[in-house]
Amino acid sequence: MSMSSVAARPGKVLALILLAAWMAPAGSQEARIQLGTPIDEDQLSGFDLIAAPDGSGMPTGAGTARQGRSVYELNCLRCHAVNGEGVSGNTVIAGGDMRSEESPLRTVGSYWPHASTLFDFIRRAMPADAPKTLSDDEVYQVTAYVLFLNGIVGEDESINSETLTAIAMPNGDGFVDQSHLH
Amino acid sequence: MTGMNWEKAAGNGLLNRRHLLQLGLTGLGAAGANAAFGQDAGAILQIPEWSRMPGANASAYGERSRYAGDLRRMAGTPDPIYPGGGASRSPLQFLQGTITPNALHFERHHAGIPDIDPAGHTLVINGLVRQPLAFSYENLLKYPMVSRINFLECSGNSGALLRGGNADGTAQSLHGLLSCAEWTGVPLSTLLDEAGVLPEARWVAAVGADAASMGRSVPIEKALDDVLVALYQNGEPIRPGQGYPMRLFCPGWEGNISVKWLTQLKLMREPAQFRDETSKYTDTMPDRSSLQFTFPMGVKSLITSPSGRMNLPRPGIFQVTGVAWSGHGAIRRVEVSADGGATWAEAEMQAEPGDKALARFTIPWEWSGGPAVLQSRATDSAGNVQPVRDEVLAARGTISFYHNNCIQSWGVDNGGAISNVYV
Ligand code: HEC
Repeated sequence: MSMSSVAARPGKVLALILLAAWMAPAGSQEARIQLGTPIDEDQLSGFDLIAAPDGSGMPTGAGTARQGRSVYELNCLRCHAVNGEGVSGNTVIAGGDMRSEESPLRTVGSYWPHASTLFDFIRRAMPADAPKTLSDDEVYQVTAYVLFLNGIVGEDESINSETLTAIAMPNGDGFVDQSHLH
Repeated sequence: MTGMNWEKAAGNGLLNRRHLLQLGLTGLGAAGANAAFGQDAGAILQIPEWSRMPGANASAYGERSRYAGDLRRMAGTPDPIYPGGGASRSPLQFLQGTITPNALHFERHHAGIPDIDPAGHTLVINGLVRQPLAFSYENLLKYPMVSRINFLECSGNSGALLRGGNADGTAQSLHGLLSCAEWTGVPLSTLLDEAGVLPEARWVAAVGADAASMGRSVPIEKALDDVLVALYQNGEPIRPGQGYPMRLFCPGWEGNISVKWLTQLKLMREPAQFRDETSKYTDTMPDRSSLQFTFPMGVKSLITSPSGRMNLPRPGIFQVTGVAWSGHGAIRRVEVSADGGATWAEAEMQAEPGDKALARFTIPWEWSGGPAVLQSRATDSAGNVQPVRDEVLAARGTISFYHNNCIQSWGVDNGGAISNVYV
């Protein structure tokens, strides 16, 4: 059964038809279960939250650190403290130096290789006690603010999908991809 | 039995493993660690009380015997700053065999356990495919499934030993982010084939339906090889703490990549660079470069009994037992030392070790009452040999604590008290 004919049928009916195909006599070329319901990418605009370094998945919108300060104070300060200093080991989100004498403090500023990750993570997971409550603009604003706290962007620099993915992070060349080894 | 002429296999009391069947071994594994020392010779046996009256009825859901000990995971205290975040550890020192009961399988969550109604859960495949697809749970259950027995280990397991400092603990507290189960599900390749992977797709970004929408990128080669969309764990639907209604399962790889509550698989040219594959789960080396996508868990073993915080009650012959595993294949052999690695004896494998599964080993050991350091060292089918701690520290330093597969040393003092030691 070709994909185009699959795409033309509504899901419920489709499942039954394909289940019948699955039960077709052995040896039949079509004896393979196919129960996925075709969907379009535009049905996923509110579902697919992956914002990648190449800019794919980044929504429209923009924000500056100056705007982000109040977003931060309202939504982040209670756990990440003033200037992103954190209230516990895993809530420090600013500072650090990968070249320090002692064991380096690894944060967004000192460690993270891609700025896109910051937008991606805040949009999907933060604030930790109320994730996915910020608008896309607010995520851009507070992303800009966290980058500002780390000295990576200026206070009035506008952060959008293009300017964000163009940022070279301080530790951007600090990672060695091992995936080819496995 | 002490003083008899058992064949020695290595220094400080290790006996030949073939004596296992002949010896009346002292096991320490039971939860009531010092209970199982056998009957007094000469006791006159009677028919016990429970053989004189009918017992309880069959039940809808089984419980452990109230005499079997209070086997529990060790969970951290909830932290309002990190809602739902944290881990619980398997009680390795009290388990036998190789399968972890589902209620005792370790957990690590980044934003708690979502309460998912499968009727409202969707698995989406999108990105670089011919046709994006959505699968309901109900429909996934209709696919042909495969079952695999595989260990799962958090890459942060045993990390305390790299950080140094006070690592006085039990097998559970130090190494309990390790479990093993039979995972049953639909091969990911089946679903990817249905969507039609485009040639330029090199990575599959997997996302969970928890509050953190936790994501990890899986290379396409692995995704098409042995990865499952797992629906069952040890025969029952996967439990919420393990990803109900479905999780990704990537055999042999660090636990975090087996994304729980799986809801999206996006085919991409490059990795998504999620937080949990950049900020976390990356390994910073002494030269400050950081290794990324270090997926397989290295060859490793651990003596679970006798182990940390147990006490040997008196000199005698003990059954040393533990588990071994490797993300690179099956366990080929486990050696045990009682003298801190000076001499080694080969342990008996309880069953033919499976691929990327826990294997159990045993060896008899005669404790003289003097100091000892018990260690185990595993070798896998790819020829990898488990390193000592100093080797791991020399190679990886102490900045990161992931992927520690070093040999565990359990020190036994003159009084029989056992604790983690560094040799
Ligand atoms: C209820 C407490 C809480 C609130 C509120 C909160 N966070 Fe977090 N945040 C955390 C915790 C805990 C972590 C670590 C999570 C983990 O390690 O899984 C974290 C992690 C992060 C990280 C990643 C740190 C790293 O190095 O990996 C960033 C960035 C971040 N938060 C930004 C924000 C922003 C921006 C806001 C406000 C919009 C916010 N957080 C609100 C608790 C909170």
